[in-house]
Formats: sequence, structure tokens, C-alpha cells
Amino acid sequence: MNRIDQKFSQLKRNKKKAFIAFITAGDPDLTTTEKLVLAFERSGVDIVELGVPFSDPLADGPTIQAASQRAIAQGVTLKKILALVKRLRATTELPICLMTYYNPVFHFGEKEFVAQAVRAGVDGLIIPDLPPEEAKTLIAQARRVNLATIFFLAPTTDFTRVALINKSSTGFIYYVSVAGVTGARTALPKALRAALKAFQRKSTKPICVGFGISTPAQVREIARYADGVIVGSAIVKEILKNKNKKNLVACVAKFVRSLSRYV
Amino acid sequence: MTKPDKFGHFDEFGGRYVPETLMTLLADLERVFVRLRKDAAFQREFRFYLQEYAGRPTNLYLAKRLSAQLKTLKVYLKREDLLHTGSHKINNTLGQILIAKRMGKTRIIAETGAGQHGVATATVAALFGLRCDIYMGAEDIERQSLNVYRMKLLGARVVPVTSGSKTLKDAMNEAIRDWVTNVANTFYVIGSVAGPHPYPVMVREFQSVIGQEAKRQFAQAEKRLPDYLLACVGGGSNSMGLFHAFFSDKNVKMIGVEAAGLGLDTLKHSAPLNRGTAGVLHGSKSDLLQDSDGQVRVAHSIAAGLDYPGVGPEHSYYKKIKRAEYVAVDDKEAIAGMKLLCKTEGIIPAMESSHAIGYLEKLAKRAKKNSTVIVCLSGRGDKDVQSIKDII
Repeated sequence: MNRIDQKFSQLKRNKKKAFIAFITAGDPDLTTTEKLVLAFERSGVDIVELGVPFSDPLADGPTIQAASQRAIAQGVTLKKILALVKRLRATTELPICLMTYYNPVFHFGEKEFVAQAVRAGVDGLIIPDLPPEEAKTLIAQARRVNLATIFFLAPTTDFTRVALINKSSTGFIYYVSVAGVTGARTALPKALRAALKAFQRKSTKPICVGFGISTPAQVREIARYADGVIVGSAIVKEILKNKNKKNLVACVAKFVRSLSRYV
Repeated sequence: MTKPDKFGHFDEFGGRYVPETLMTLLADLERVFVRLRKDAAFQREFRFYLQEYAGRPTNLYLAKRLSAQLKTLKVYLKREDLLHTGSHKINNTLGQILIAKRMGKTRIIAETGAGQHGVATATVAALFGLRCDIYMGAEDIERQSLNVYRMKLLGARVVPVTSGSKTLKDAMNEAIRDWVTNVANTFYVIGSVAGPHPYPVMVREFQSVIGQEAKRQFAQAEKRLPDYLLACVGGGSNSMGLFHAFFSDKNVKMIGVEAAGLGLDTLKHSAPLNRGTAGVLHGSKSDLLQDSDGQVRVAHSIAAGLDYPGVGPEHSYYKKIKRAEYVAVDDKEAIAGMKLLCKTEGIIPAMESSHAIGYLEKLAKRAKKNSTVIVCLSGRGDKDVQSIKDII
């Protein structure tokens, strides 16, 4: 069992839901990312997603696009992020997923990437532009070393695809709350609960909901019926807002706590 | 022909690398496309608009003075520049928007580099009374202001893209983001043989009329097959359109001309087939300009329509199986090509097509005497006159 599975069974025993926090690795710099992850562990975060910056983040809205560009300008690479995870593993057992577009992984070499990711202490992979149909070799590599492959469900997903997505996913399934790109939204779709319920009936894995979630009310609402809540852009915005403050890490951790307490 | 397979793979190239939100839609689109390509009524309607609205068939014109100058080569120009809107792009926009109509979509979006695809999309959207938003890099808006105005005149909204390199690649990112968000009512008209399956096949299908006509016309004029086909390659739609009908004619040599920009040994070019490595961008796997970390590099070309770091997956496949040869022509050679055609034939070619013309002198040097070549003159150069006059 890897750290993600352990986390979900522990949460289940305690009748709790997962709070999953996304940040772009290297925004504003890798040292701060390291401190943020450690602070998150003490702020009610159950799983961390580290975003690997990419030149063409077509599933992301303006907030994460800009964070990606800031990180690339810092010279952040996949290799450096793997080294960061390795450093973090000296002090934390918090489950860590990498959220990356496929090209950096493909360019790295799937086999080599999976091997190095596991060696560094990565627990799961989330690749928004890699549907299970194109992921057969990556899934096979990841299974061998117990690295979770997290795939997506969306409001537009046809029910005939759910079995494939369920079978291909380990750790959890990422449900995209709304057709669109990442980014905070004031209102979530009304049909969210019903749609999620329909997918839950056909799936055997925990389903966590992300995209557009930014307020305590939204977190509380979604935690009632999903297995976990994923918040990204709202935290990335908070980092940007506090970027010139000496206590950036404490400010962002406080913000994260203000959301995570509602799961 | 068995390529692509049912997942849109040309061997390791192609495929469908998109967010989950688009997967079901792409499967639907593929189903509709497969049905309509065999649907007599659809084909009739498509042919009608190609003929009566766009102006097909286009001429295959023997360029006599140009041929005389090149000595070894008899050059035929496939005059896509004579089509309505001024380039081959309208073949594809007519096809796709007819599909969009059948799918009940009410809004059209597209990306554009040189503005030719944007103009062709805005035109056909106007023809069918559909709302139309065109994504265009802020830098391209600057260098193709005439086309921007044309799109606006045609009733389209031109959305400037200021992210990344502010060119075609970023316009495509932004169009995909729009599409993911408005997937229910919006049809994304991709302008090249790129993007996720079924786009590369669909665009090839609609552009293959170029090669089919050219083959027939050439046979009429010369009673045989040409020795060479020559076309520029950005994403690769005009070249694939010309090449496809000749795929099985093994003696016909195909040459795709990429943009070498400031030179293949600089980082300022748009030649992924010459200098790229396999990668995934905008939904499919193909040759790609990228750095050692897998970040996509910014392309450069004097021709906005070739200024793209990727290429259609079928071209990567053609290169791999050696069905086509891919060469590159730099900015200066392209300008020389433009001037050459202006002065010998009285035709101002688009900067993109000028890359194909710009390779003729090199081809003439290696070709046997009395060789024949069909050059795809994919577009006319009016749009480039403004920006070129400061350079020449």
C-alpha cells in the first residue's frame, strides 16, 4: 500500500475526507515550495499535489499559467522537483503527487521517470493531457513500483468510459467539477452532486473533486459527498499575494487551514 | 491505407492527448466524421460549396518563364492562391463547419497564425450565420493587421493572445481552453493536420482535394505522373493535401519545405522535422521543438503561418517511413522565392508558399533534365506586402 492508499483508509476509519492542496513547484522558488509542503502537513492537508511547470499548460487558467511561467523563469525542471521531493522525504510522510503535462514525462522517458519518481518518494502521478487510452505503457511501469496513476472524470465523460478510468486509476480519481480550465469560480455547477453520485455508483476508487474550489462554503459542501476536495488556484493566488512578505509560508498555511478545517 | 489506426496513431505519432473533458466530444466528432465522409448528401453539399463558393477546381498552371530560368525543371503551380479568401484554408473550414452544423453547434472558434485560417473560418461562419471567435497571438496581430481587419469585417471577434510567445502555439492553447470551457455549443475548427484525433485525418480528408485535382490535371497535361511534389510545411495542411493522393505512387518524390528562419543552426527556426525530437503538443505526438527539459521552444519564421514548433503527426510518419523528404528554407531564401515568382510569373505568393518556391533553385540543381514538379501555391501574398516592404 502506498502513502495515498494508507491515507484514504486512515481517513475512512476516522470518517473524514481528504483535503488536497495543489501548488506549482518553484513558485516563487523551490526553497519556499519545500517550506510550504512542510507547513501544509501541519495545516490539515492530507495530500499535496506539486505542479510541474510547463510551457504550454492548456488545462490551466490564468492563475496557474502565470505560476508556471514564474517557475520556469526560475529554472525549475522536473529533475529539480524530484530532488525536492527527495529532500522532503527526509522529514515528511505526507503523500505527494506530481501534476504534470505529458511532454516533460515523455521527454524524460517514461521508464526512467517512473523509476526516479518512486526513488525520490513520489506517490502518484496526475497528467491532465494523458487519458488512459494513451497511458498503457505508463500505467504498466507505474504498477510495478506501486506508483499511483490518477485519471480524470469530467461532467462530459460518457458512462461507457467510466470502467476504463476506474480500472486505470489507483490512489484516487480526480473529478473535474466543471467543464473548463483550472481557476477559482464563485459558483459551482448545480448538477455537481447528482453527476458525482452517478459516477460513484460505477467506480470503486475514492473520487476527489477539483477545479474552481476556493471558499470554505464550497469545501464544506463538496466534502459532504466526495471523498476529497482539491484546492489549487486559490492557494497559488495566496502565494502571489504574499510573495513579498517575510512570513509568506505562515500566511499561506493560515489560508490553507481556513479551508482544510471544513473537510 | 491503414493509417491511422482507430486511435488516430500513425505508428507512434498522432493519438489523442487531451483533457478528459474533451474525450467524449472527440469520440462523437469522430463518429460523425466517419459517417459523413461516406454520406452522399454531405459530400454533395461539400462539393457544391467548394465549386460554387470557394472556386474549385483551381488551375494547375505551367509556369513557363520560371521553368525556363530553372532549366532542368518544368514547374506546375497548383493555384490554391486563387481560391476565395486567398488560400487553401477554405477547403478545410468549409468541411469542418458543415460538420459543425450537422452536430448542432452554434459557435465556431479557431486559432490562426498568418490569419489565413482565421479569415477562412470567419468567412464560412458568416456564410452560415454562426458566431465566430478567432484566437490570434498578439505578435501575429501586429504583423498581419490586414487579415485581422478582414476577420473583423466578416463579423468575427479577434481575441488577442498575450500568453507565452504570443504566436500560433499560444493561440492554439487559448483556443483549446475556450473549447474545454464551452464544449457543449462550440466547434473548434483546427486549421492544420494537427491536434487530437480525428483532426489530422479530417483536415487531410478536406484538403486532399488539392492532390486529387492536381493528379488529374497533371495527367491531362503530361500524360504521366510528376517527378516531384513540393509544398511548404508549418502544421502541414497544404502539403498533406497535395501529397495524400500520391501516397501509393512510389515514383513521385515528395518534398516538404520547413521554415529555417534565421538558420537551422540557430534556435530561431520553425523546423521540427529537421531539428526537433518526438514530443506531445496540442493533443498529438509528433516532431517538436523542445529544450532538454521537454519545454516547448518558441519557433521563428518570417512567415507567421509557419511559425509553429510542432507539425502534423502524419508528416512525422512520412518522414519516418521515408515517404517524404523534409528540407528547410530560411527567411532570406523565402524572400528570394517570393521575388522570383513575382518577376517571372506575375504572381505574388504568400510568405508561407514562398518557402516552397524558395527551394526550387536547389531542386533544379539536383533534378535530372526534363523533370516535372507540382508546387502547391497555397496562398497569395497580398497579406504580406505591408510587412515585407520594410524588409525588402
